[in-house]
This record gives sequence, C-alpha cells and structure tokens, in this order.
Amino acid sequence: MVVRREETRTTVDRYQGRERVNHWITAIALILLTLSGLALFHPSLFFLTALFGGGSATRMLHPWIGVVLMLSFLVLFIQMVRFNFWSKDDTRWLSRIGDAMSGKEDNLPEAGRYNAAQKLVFWAMTLIILVLFLSGLMIWYEYFGSSFTVGQQRVAHIVHALAAVAMILIVIVHIYAAFYVRGTINAMTEGRVEGGWAFRHHRRWLRQEAAKGVIDETDGRLHNRGGVRPTG
Amino acid sequence: MASLQSQDFARISATTSRPPDVRNDFAVAKLIDVSKCIGCKACQAACLEWNNLREEIGVNVGVYDNPHDLTPNSWTLMRFTEYENPESGNLEWLIRKDGCMHCADPGCLKACPAPGAIVQYKNGIVDFVSENCIGCGYCVKGCPFNIPRINKADQKAYKCTLCSDRVAVGQAPACAKACPTGAIVFGTKSDMIAHANDRIQDLKSRGFKNAGLYDPPGVGGTHVMYVLHHNDKPELYANLPKNPSISPVVELWKGVTKVAGLATLGFAAAFAFVHANIARRNEVTRFDRIRAEEVIDEEAKHGRQA
Repeated sequence: MVVRREETRTTVDRYQGRERVNHWITAIALILLTLSGLALFHPSLFFLTALFGGGSATRMLHPWIGVVLMLSFLVLFIQMVRFNFWSKDDTRWLSRIGDAMSGKEDNLPEAGRYNAAQKLVFWAMTLIILVLFLSGLMIWYEYFGSSFTVGQQRVAHIVHALAAVAMILIVIVHIYAAFYVRGTINAMTEGRVEGGWAFRHHRRWLRQEAAKGVIDETDGRLHNRGGVRPTG
Repeated sequence: MASLQSQDFARISATTSRPPDVRNDFAVAKLIDVSKCIGCKACQAACLEWNNLREEIGVNVGVYDNPHDLTPNSWTLMRFTEYENPESGNLEWLIRKDGCMHCADPGCLKACPAPGAIVQYKNGIVDFVSENCIGCGYCVKGCPFNIPRINKADQKAYKCTLCSDRVAVGQAPACAKACPTGAIVFGTKSDMIAHANDRIQDLKSRGFKNAGLYDPPGVGGTHVMYVLHHNDKPELYANLPKNPSISPVVELWKGVTKVAGLATLGFAAAFAFVHANIARRNEVTRFDRIRAEEVIDEEAKHGRQA
C-alpha cells in the first residue's frame, strides 16, 4: 500500500488483487442471490427463475450460492475487519452525517481508511449475512427439512425475508455511494484511487499511506525514508 | 394430477391474475364418520391402488399406525388412539383417517411461490400440480394440519388429491368407494352436512352428548369433514387441531412482508436511480488534488518518523 506519483496523476493503492477478486465474487453472489431470492419472494418476479434454468433449478441453486457468499464474505471479513473497528472519531463523524451527505466533508473529523458510514455498512452486512445464512439453513428443505420443526421454519422464513430486504437496501446504499462519490469505483477495478479522492474523503488514511512511502514512477525512486521499495 | 384442461379454478398459487373460472361447479365434500370406522385400512389400500403408489415395508413399533406417518406415497393414514373416557370409564378406540382436509382457505396455496403448483378447483378440491412444483417445501409450512410431504427422490410435494381425477368424471374418491362400513361418504358439501347432522343426532341419542361436525371455520371450513363423538375435544383424535388456522407468521410473511418488502426495494432502487442522475455529484476538485500533493510532500518528508 503506497502512494504513487504517475506521469499524469498521483494515486494511492487501496485494494490488492486478491481483495478485488474476492469482493467481486461476493458482489456477484449477492446479485445472483437477490435475483433468485426475489423470484421466490413475489409471484410477479417468478419470471426471474428463467435466468437460473427454471423454478426447481432456482430452488436448488439459491442456497448453494448462499454458501458461496458466506465463504467469500468470511474471507472479506478477515481481510477488512482490522480497518473497521469503531473509534471516537467515528461517533463524531456520524453525528455530522448531514455534512457528509451534502459534500461538506471539511466539517467532519478526518476519516481514516473507512469513514463511520462505511464501517456501519461493513458491520450491518456482517450481521445480516450471518442471519441470512443461519435462517437460510433452517429453510433449506432438501437437507435440513427434518432438522427443524415446522414452527421454527416458519419463523426462519419471515426472518430470512426481512433480513433479505434489509440486505438489498444496504447493497443499494453501497452501490449508490460508489457511484455518487466519483472516483470510488476505481478502487475496486484497478485497485488505486486518485490522491485528490483520498484527500477529499479519507485524509487521515492519505497521511498514513504517504508516510509509508511515495513512489515516483516517473523516475522510479523512492522519495522518503519509509523503507518501501519501488516495485516497477 | 396432470394439467388436463380445467376451467373451474377458484385459486391458483403465486398468481395475481384471475384464473380460468368460466365453468361452475358445486362444492363437494368427503365426510368421515369416525364413530363408524373399524380401522380396517381399506381406504389406505384403495388410495395406494387407485393412485398407483407403493409404500415401503416398515417396522412394527407396537402401534397400529402403518406407516407411522403420512409419506409421499401414503396420502391417507389411519391414526389409532386408545382413550380412557373418565366419565364413562370406558376404553374408547378412536380411529381417525388422516389426510389433506382440502381447506377452503388453504395455507399451502398461500405459502406456495410457484405459479400453478397448487390449485383450488371451484368444487373445493385443493390439488398439487407436480410439474409446476419446485420442491421448496413452503406448503409444508403453510399447512395448519401438517399434511404435505416432499419426496426425497424427485423433490416434489405430495398429498391427497381427493381423487380429483375420479371426481372430475363423477366418481367418488377411492377411499370412499372402498370403505366397508360407510364411514367415508362423498357428495355435495350441503348433502354431507345434512348427512352428518343425522349421524350427530343418532350419536347424541346414544349418549355422546358432545358429538358434532368438524368443519373448522378458522380455515374457512374444509372439504373433508369429520363426525366426531367428542367434537369438544378434537385433540383426542391423534392431535386433530381444535381451532386450526393459517399460522399468523405465514400470514405475515405472505401478506404484508411480501408486498411491503417489494415496494420498499422498488422505491429505494428507483429513488437511488433518479437521485444519482439529477443530484450534484460528489466530485474530486482541482483544489483537492493540489492539497493532496501538499499533504503527500509533507508526510513523505517526515517519512516513518512522522
């Protein structure tokens, strides 16, 4: 993780290849789960089962995609949890969420790698995916139909449905934020963000990264005493 | 039963449009007079025979129930209860023919997410259409009587069809046809209620003062009804529920949650889409880029010591 001075811009490394691959596996699993889940949630969306090869195939695939999501999110959790612990600054940041929404980020405490809202998304997803996975197991009739009583399964059904609605709402917030805050998507496509983006949204993180090392890719020399060697 | 052309649907699962219902039909019912049942299981045998099903050979665990529960093959089952009546001191052998009750308000149909997998005909019969069944098991959770069974081999739900194929051509269900004592009779629902009232009067005259008709209103009435000697205590008969109704959890799940959940998601997605297109974006400015360079220079100068 390092700051790079490139020919035409300055970037900061944000996600490594393995983090991006895992993020997109999680994202694809979530989208497939949303489509197949909604297909069985409301009759007006049953036509979505055609994407998965019909009703029976959708019923069979949905829980397995859920297992993929659980595993990939577990990896994501392990990769990201250390950046998501709550601090007092986060509480102060959150108390001025209005300034964040209206782009007056100078009024907020400097955010680290993640701001308070991003941390909330992280922890909400962690909790809800866990709830979805456990309630999903309870209603996975093919394998667990006889492990739980009908009464327990009924409760699991409504918990699963409500948690799924909450999950999709959070996904909408997550995708919306990625588009609304311009320059964010680069982080998950090429792994780097612009220096200006880091300054605007994650200033404390920019300071930390710059302190670790700055690579001048125009001459290949490392311009600090931070011990990070140029890779190119 | 396969999807032969039907134009007398009252309801079709997971379908919001009105089903083909041009044909009219009268409500039918099967009446099971428990007081006349001798427990011979002819109905079970007839059910297997007519529907071309075979039950696995099981083991005897010391009760007469055989098999021990409803299965994907056994759509009806005699359940035997030995009851010591505290009032008379008599040992009563209560035998109830269990199976689908063909509710007027079927919980299975309400829970089913697959269009056309569960249908209710205008005559009241609730039928599973196997080629539309996706094997999710939601019907099991919807049913207040614990009737549907999912077959492990093909992942399809099965239960009593009330011999909808026989009824469609003017025949009584196989179990009614086979019953040697006339404990199972079949006809229009109004005729069956009238017949039941005669039987209840007779039972009352013989000292069964709580004799009555089991046609539970919580599920809108049923198209399989019982005459019970102890209608005040239906639980005596192998836990026949006293006031069955669709579980409130299922009603909540398939009612408000389904509609409000979809509406919430649709609104959120539409709002995000519109807002993303019209709102001023949060864009990195030239000033941000210049200040970033200053911050980087400052931090890099201090290196790790900073």
